[in-house]
Formats: sequence, structure tokens, C-alpha cells
Amino acid sequence: MSVGTLPEVKRGLVGAAFQSKSFALGFAVTAVFILAALLSLIWTPYDATALAVSDKLKAPSGLHWFGTDHFGRDIFSMIMVGARTSIAVAFVAVGIGIAAGVPLGLWAAAKQGSLVDEIIMRANDLVFAFPALLIAILITAVFGPSAINAIIAIGIFNIPVFARLARGAALTLWTREYIFAARVAGKGAVRISAEHILPNIMNLLIVQGTIQFSLGILADAALSYVGLGAQPPTPSWGRMLADAQTMISLAPHMALFPGAAIVLTVLGLNLMGDGLRDLFDPKLRRSRS
Amino acid sequence: MAPYLLKRLISLVLSLLAASVVIFLVLQVVPGDPASYMLGMNAQPETVEALRQQMGLNEPLVWRYLTWVVGLAHGDFGVSYTYKVPTGELIAQRLWVSLPLALYALLLSTVLALPIGIISAAKRNSAADYGIMGVTQLGIAVPNFWFAMLLVLLFSITLRWFSAGGFPGWNAGFFVALKALTLPAVALALPQASILARVMRSSLLDTLSEDYIRTARAKGLTRGQTLVRHAVRNALIPVLTIIGLQFSFLLAGAIIIENVFYLPGLGRLVFQGITQRDLIVVQSVVMLLVFAVIIITFLVDMAYALVDPRLRSRA
Amino acid sequence: MNSLMKLMTTAAILVATSALTPAFAANTAITVGMVLEPPNLDPTSGAAAAIREVTYANIFQGLTRFDANGAIVPDLAKSWDISADGLTYTFHLATGVKFHDGSPFSADDVKFSLDRARAPDSTNAQKGLFADIASVDVVDPATVKVTLKKPNGSFLFNMAWGDAVILSPKSIATEATNPVGTGPFKFVNWVKGDRVELAKFEGYWGAAPKLDKVTFKFISDPSAAFAAMMAGDVDAFPLFPAAETLEQFKADPRFEVISGNTEGETLLAMNNGKKPFDNIKVREAVAHAINRKEIIDGAMFGYGTPIGTHFAPHNPDYVDLTAQSNYDPEKSKALLKEAGYPDGFTVSLKLPPPPYARRGGEIIAAQLAKVGIKAEITNVEWAQWLEQVFKGKDYDLTIVSHTEPMDIDIYGRDNYYFNYKSDAFKKIMTDLSGTTDPAKRSELLKAAQKRIADDYVNAFLFELPKLGVANAKIVGLWKNQPTPSNDMSEVYWKD
Repeated sequence: MSVGTLPEVKRGLVGAAFQSKSFALGFAVTAVFILAALLSLIWTPYDATALAVSDKLKAPSGLHWFGTDHFGRDIFSMIMVGARTSIAVAFVAVGIGIAAGVPLGLWAAAKQGSLVDEIIMRANDLVFAFPALLIAILITAVFGPSAINAIIAIGIFNIPVFARLARGAALTLWTREYIFAARVAGKGAVRISAEHILPNIMNLLIVQGTIQFSLGILADAALSYVGLGAQPPTPSWGRMLADAQTMISLAPHMALFPGAAIVLTVLGLNLMGDGLRDLFDPKLRRSRS
Repeated sequence: MAPYLLKRLISLVLSLLAASVVIFLVLQVVPGDPASYMLGMNAQPETVEALRQQMGLNEPLVWRYLTWVVGLAHGDFGVSYTYKVPTGELIAQRLWVSLPLALYALLLSTVLALPIGIISAAKRNSAADYGIMGVTQLGIAVPNFWFAMLLVLLFSITLRWFSAGGFPGWNAGFFVALKALTLPAVALALPQASILARVMRSSLLDTLSEDYIRTARAKGLTRGQTLVRHAVRNALIPVLTIIGLQFSFLLAGAIIIENVFYLPGLGRLVFQGITQRDLIVVQSVVMLLVFAVIIITFLVDMAYALVDPRLRSRA
Repeated sequence: MNSLMKLMTTAAILVATSALTPAFAANTAITVGMVLEPPNLDPTSGAAAAIREVTYANIFQGLTRFDANGAIVPDLAKSWDISADGLTYTFHLATGVKFHDGSPFSADDVKFSLDRARAPDSTNAQKGLFADIASVDVVDPATVKVTLKKPNGSFLFNMAWGDAVILSPKSIATEATNPVGTGPFKFVNWVKGDRVELAKFEGYWGAAPKLDKVTFKFISDPSAAFAAMMAGDVDAFPLFPAAETLEQFKADPRFEVISGNTEGETLLAMNNGKKPFDNIKVREAVAHAINRKEIIDGAMFGYGTPIGTHFAPHNPDYVDLTAQSNYDPEKSKALLKEAGYPDGFTVSLKLPPPPYARRGGEIIAAQLAKVGIKAEITNVEWAQWLEQVFKGKDYDLTIVSHTEPMDIDIYGRDNYYFNYKSDAFKKIMTDLSGTTDPAKRSELLKAAQKRIADDYVNAFLFELPKLGVANAKIVGLWKNQPTPSNDMSEVYWKD
């Protein structure tokens, strides 16, 4: 894995990014959902939690763009608010992964071959070895279902991803001459990691962060689908699908729209991630063009 | 090699022990008492106590852990609290569903993904390539349980070609059983196939840019010949690694799909075990899955170490 | 994608051809759908209703039994004499009865079963049913004498429960996985996670059942249940989990929708021992904030009878008290103000898994919000519900259906999770257990219903309906559910 250096990346980053079609498309789709999530804080067409049982299971119409659910709630409004929940859960979970995983990975790289390195890497393998969804279910069984516990459950599995990535990238950097120079100059491992290594692996972290973000959206959907994510009345995409399941023959629109929202958000993030990777990875860029 | 192997073996055993402790402890703090669950709302406290005694739940924590681990080492998984049969028997029954389902899904995904990935790489930057890349992007983004719901809506409820779920057992006939596993396998295979096709494509592209491929071309082999004789074979190595990983994922990751199609598989056994607080079943199955992944990872590492001596010093 | 479609089409054709040879022999087999799989098949050591739904009246029999309408009728005991003081019951047993393993049934088995259920190490989930038994004596192989500690008007009723069935001491160790009873069907096979199969027992002592084979198939997913019913994979689904699809079955002449009643009083239970629900005004305010019709329409798709107290509406002694807690949000707000909560308050609402609770809970939370009460929903599993709510009494509000028949006495229990303490109610219960005169008993039962309604112990929502779907050609299924059971002894196919 090659690592672009910082000055190279900074130059015209934004412009270059938008020249990549997949980044531009992904960014546009993601932005729509992020904006919808933000907008839902101040406005939704209907109150996403207001029940109107007499209006239940209405097909999409001018009045309810995406129809209504089994309690007569407006699905469009619920998807807007649900975007907020999903995005927040996935975003914080990625944050946990980076905040805990990157320092661990850098530490392991700095002490390559030592006991610390061995323990960190084996602990990583161990977390990887656990069936993620099962453990998430167990965690929520212990602490009760809530958005916070969904975040923790997803976040834990993000830690080894970032730890591995950071360690792998850092290891190649430690062999570079300028790092050697810094060592000779008397800088400690912590300062070197922070000042020279971290900035140089930032682009890798951003790409991986985008991918983990999209995986987080999927994981949150799965957890709420089995009833372990945000609790009602807070709308969540996964639970909307679970509710829709029994009525799928009666009101397919209840299943179609939340599902499409998940697919589009994940798709948008993945496209963004691909675009960024092409941008940061000169080798791939060459082979693409 | 020998010291490296020894080191890895020790760390393997330590990993397994650590995993068993973590699993056991997590399950001890899960709220909800198996005995109360079984006896329901009208049970008298003394009855619950009698059942706890009978289940061995009143033994000290450390003792219960040791009994379990020593049992595991002998291949004895303990007796299920709710079903009252040996957990090993339950797991074996469920494996007859989960294992074929995982293999079926893996087969579908491989059969679909490899040709697609190869075509995509061979016709790089063509309309077909972009089309395939687009579809696989979509495939990765679709939650498999939602895809499963759509499959049920289309094939079970509307067209009535497949039953919406359930598993008649292999005794009902091979094709009858296979049919019951088809929709779940398709639902599981879609995202896997998408990932695999992309890995196949990029791996092939990497290989195609290697020097020996250029040499082969220079020697007069056609593009197609080069692709088949040299590139695909070499590109398969990372693909096989992914397939290996996907298999263990499919084995454990089918919980939700098994629930959508009410298949009596390993995932549903654990899920039921959690709701019924059949802790002995839950901890044994989770341990088994973790064990499988750790062993697979270990073997893959060993294989790499044999191939590439440099890795030994790095790992 | 193209090849995917092709593959699926080929697979579908393959499947369609194999489905052309259906396994309809003569119609003496039935497949019955159930939502939950029983954890094991021993009704004397587990509370799960699913155990009884498979075994009651099919595999196992008791001294007495419930018939389809909930009346207590003779079963293994052909008849009985009750002594004048109400303390001694002499049961005359059926003769020529055999267990499925071929061994003969006798009075010894009755003594064994009853003594086992009330032993100190018993794990019977309804041990209370046997609490009044002082001794069980074998008079002769066909006669058993049960002596009670004190008169108990419901003793014959208690003996009809699935928990009081008669087992053979020989098979007791393996009852959970290989049940052996005296009923018309014997256990054949259990594919865990999928189905239990029963077959006609040739040596049955009573009228032979018309079916040869009964398969109970476990389908927990509502949409899968719908599809399985529609596809004919399942012939009957007595407790159908997807009420929202019943209209489709009603419109289809192939099916019959069976809607009856259960013994399940569905409550919004309030923790009477905890602020703010220790204040009767607050409880009354909650009762008036609840719109039962909206709940029944929204959560139960219109099925279910509103109740105003903890009693089954189909019981002759039922008093309709729903008007006393009618939907009146203004009154509710006024009561909250009087109680010192003009701006309402925030409480927790714990919801167990059944749809009536999860869906009903969302509606109730919205209704309470209208009068200023903010109910924060937490979905819990049964195991957690039992530990936290039922045992730990750590809750403010919860929704649950009390499915045991005639269980109004729970309001008189000390330490019950409602935390309701009323000496007046306890006195009614004490008087009731000492009364045998039917008119007086009815009087007392009505008084008990009024007492808890006046105290607004809980918000009483609706009687849980029994909603089933069956192939229209099936005859003899139970309409109501006096006790959890899928009695197949009189079921048959009309051609």
C-alpha cells in the first residue's frame, strides 16, 4: 500500500476530488441525506412520531410522499429523522474506532516486534474472530437496547480495523530516512508518531473512515432491524423495515422507502470512499486513467 | 520456522483462553435468570430455586467456568437448559443447515463473481466494466435482510415459486431441501458476490501490470491466452483468502437471514438461546465460531509464512 | 445480474416441477403452525405456553380437563365424589388406559404425579395449584383419594391445567425430549427449530382420533407465517401472528378466519408502590388518557374486546366497567393538576416482545404525551422483563397480557409486581375461597372487579383475542382458548 505524502495531497485536493465522477456522485448523494438529517432538526413535513391510526397504511400520494406506516405516521418524515439516527450512530462509531484504534496501531508500530506489539495485534485478531453481530446482540442484551449501546457495539469492531491500518502504514514509514533523521535528532517515538507518521497516514484513515462509516450505517440498520438500536418512538431505518416486514404484502411501500434510503446512503459513502482512494493512491490513479 | 510456530501456537492457545473467559463473563452479566424464564410468571420462588439447583446455576462462578472449559476440551458442550439435550447434539443438528447454507451461498457468490470480475478486468474502462462496477457497488450497499424481504415478496408471496421459509430437512429429499435454502442463499450471496467480483477485478488488474505478463504478451501470446494462463491463476491467491474469510462470516453472519426465513440454523439457535437465556448453548456456539475463525486465521498465517519467510519476522 | 436472473429462473422451474407431486394422501394428516417452539415437551417443569399447545389433550391427560368452551369435564377420572366438608375428593379412574410405551395406567401414576408436583424439589411452574393438597392415597388401582388441607372451590379446575397432567414414573427422566402420556396421539419426532410430529396412538383408551398424523411447525416470523398459510405449507395457524393480514384470508374462500377469545387480560400495569403512581389520582388520570379503541385498532387491527377491570368479558360474572375509565383527556389533565403534576412527568415504559405490547406501547406513549406524561419506551426481552419488572419491580409502566384463567387473585398477592396493597380486596379473596355457594361467589367476584377498577390499580386495556386461520375444510378446531392447547382429538378434514 503506497502512501501519498502530505504536500502532494493538499495541492488542489478539493478540485481534484470533484473531478472524480464517483466522488462527486457519492458526495452529492451523501450530502442529500446529511442535509435531510439536519433539516429534520427544524422541519419535517409531518411530526415523525405523531400517530394517526385512521390514516394507516396509506400508499404514497401528494399528501404523504412516501405513504404512511401501520400507525398512520408519515414515512417521508420518519426517513428524514431516521437519517439523523443512522448517521449519528455510524459517525460516532467510526470516531470510537479512530480514537482508540489509531493510537494503538501507532504504538504497536513504534514498538514493532515487542511484547506490546504482539499483545495489541493478537487482541485485534481476537476481536476480529468474534462474530460481530452476535457480540453486538450480546452487548445490547447486557446493557439494554439503545442508540448509545448500538454505537458502542459497532465502535468496538471499528477499533481493530483502524489499529491494523495505522500499524501497517506506520511500519513502512518507520523505515523512511526522514524518520531515521528525526530519531537521530533525539525525538521520542511518541513525538515521531504524532508529528511525522500521523499526518502521513491521514489520507488512508479518511478513506477507511468513509468505508467504515458506510459499514456502520449497514450495521446500525441490522441492529435496529432486530430491535436493538434506537428505541421507539425515535424512528430508525432498520426498525421501519422490521415493522414493514409483516405488512409487506399489504403495504410494500413501507419496506421499499427505508430500504432504499439505506442503500443510497451506503452507496453514496462507498462511492466517496472509492473516489478518495483513487485520489490518494497514485498507483491506482495511474491504472485508472 | 520451529520457534515461530511455537510462538504462534502459544499465542493461539492464549487467544482461545482469552476468548473463553470473555464469552463466559459477558454471559454471566446478561440480566435475566434462565430458571425464572422457564417457569414464568406464576412460579413460586422456591420452585425457581429448585430449578436453579438442578441446572447447576448455584455453583460458584469459577467452578462453572472450569467445568465448561474442561468439558469443551473433551468435546462436551454441556446440556442445554431449555431443550434439556446435549448442546453438542443441538449444534450438530444445526450445522446440517448452516454449513450447507454457507457453502451454497459461497458457491453462488463465487460462480457469479469470478467470471464477472474477470470480464470487468479484461474489458477495463468499457461500458460493461462501468456497468458491472455500478451493480456491484449497489450489491454491497444492499442490506441482505432487506434483499431477503424483497425476494420473499417477489418469489414467495407474489409468484409463489418458493416457500417463504422453513427447512424440511435433508430426509425430505436433496432437491426439496436445496430449494428451501435457495432464497436464503441468494440473499446471503449478493453482497458477498459483489465484494468478490471487485476483489477479483482489482487483483487481476494488479497482476496484469506485473512484468511477467508483459513478457508473456511480448512472447506472442494473445491477450486472452495471457489472461487465462497466467494472470487469472496468480490473481486467485488474494481472492481465495477472501473466500476463506467469507465462509466463516457466512457461517456466523447468517443469523438475520436465518430469522427471516425461519431456518433452524446455528444463528437462530444462538438468537433463541439469548432470548431464552439458554446461556450454555450461547456460550458454546459463540466459542465454536470464534474457535473456527481463530483456527482459519492461524492456518492462513502458517501458509503465508511457509511461502514468504519475510513475514515470520514481521508477524 | 442477467445470469443471476437466469439462474433463479432455472432454479424456480426445477422447484415448480418438484412441487407438482404433492404429498396429499388421504386427508388424515394436518400441519399446524405455531409461533414459538416449545423449549421442551414436559408441561410439568416449564411455563412456556408452547409446551401445552403441543401436548395438552394430545399427548398428556389429567384427572380433569378443559373442554373447548372452558368447562371442566372428566378426563382420566371418569367421575368423582366430594365429601360433605369439601376436603376429600375420591376420583374413579378410567380403566384399560395405557401409556404410549405400553405400560398400564393406574392410581399409582396419579399419586406419583401429584406428589412429584408438590414435592419440595418440584420444578412445576404452577406449584400453587397443588398447595392445598394434604395427601394423595391409592385406594385401589382404579381409585384415588385426595385430601385437602382446606376446602378449595377451584380444586377440579386446578387439576385440569396442563401442569397437572399424569405422567408415568418410568418415563419421567426423558419426558422433556420424549414425552410419554396416555393421550390419543403419541410423540414421534422433533426436528429442533422446525417441527414436532405426532402420530395416532393405536392403543388409545377413548374414542379414536380421526387424524393419523399431526405436525406442529414453528414459524416465528409473521410474514413467513402469512406466506406459509397462503402457500398451503401449513393447514391451520390457531394463534396467527399477523393480524394485519386477516382481511386477506377472510376474502379468500380457501380459508376460514377463526376469531375467539382467550383468558388474556391485557394491561398497562402501573407500579403502585412508586411515585407518581402511588397516587390514585395519577392512576386515574392515566386511565382516562388511554383511548382503548385507538389501541385495539392500531395494535390489534380492530380485534379485541375493551375491558374495564381484570376479568374475562365472556365470563358470566364479568362486569363491564369500561365507562368508569373512559377516554377523557381533559379530565385526565385536571386530575394530574389536582395530584400536583400540572406539567406532567416523565416515566419509563417497559415493553416485552409480543406485538400487542410493542405496538400498543407506541400508541400508549403517544396518548400519554397528549396529557403531558412523557413515557420513555424500552423494549425488553421476556427474560429481562421477568427479572426487572416482575421480580425486581423496577419499572413505572409496562404492558402485558395475563393469560392465566381466573387470575384476579393476583391483586391480593403480597409482593406482586403491581405493588397494590388493599386489605379490602384481600378480604374479598379470603371470603371467596371459603365460599361454595355459586350466587355468593358471583357476588364476591363482581365486588373484586369493582374494587380494583375503583382503585385504578392498572389501566385495563382489552381482552386478548384468539385469532386463527385455517383451511376451510378443517373441522373441530377450538374457537376459544380457555387454556393453551391445540386439541387435535376431534379434528378432521371434510372432503
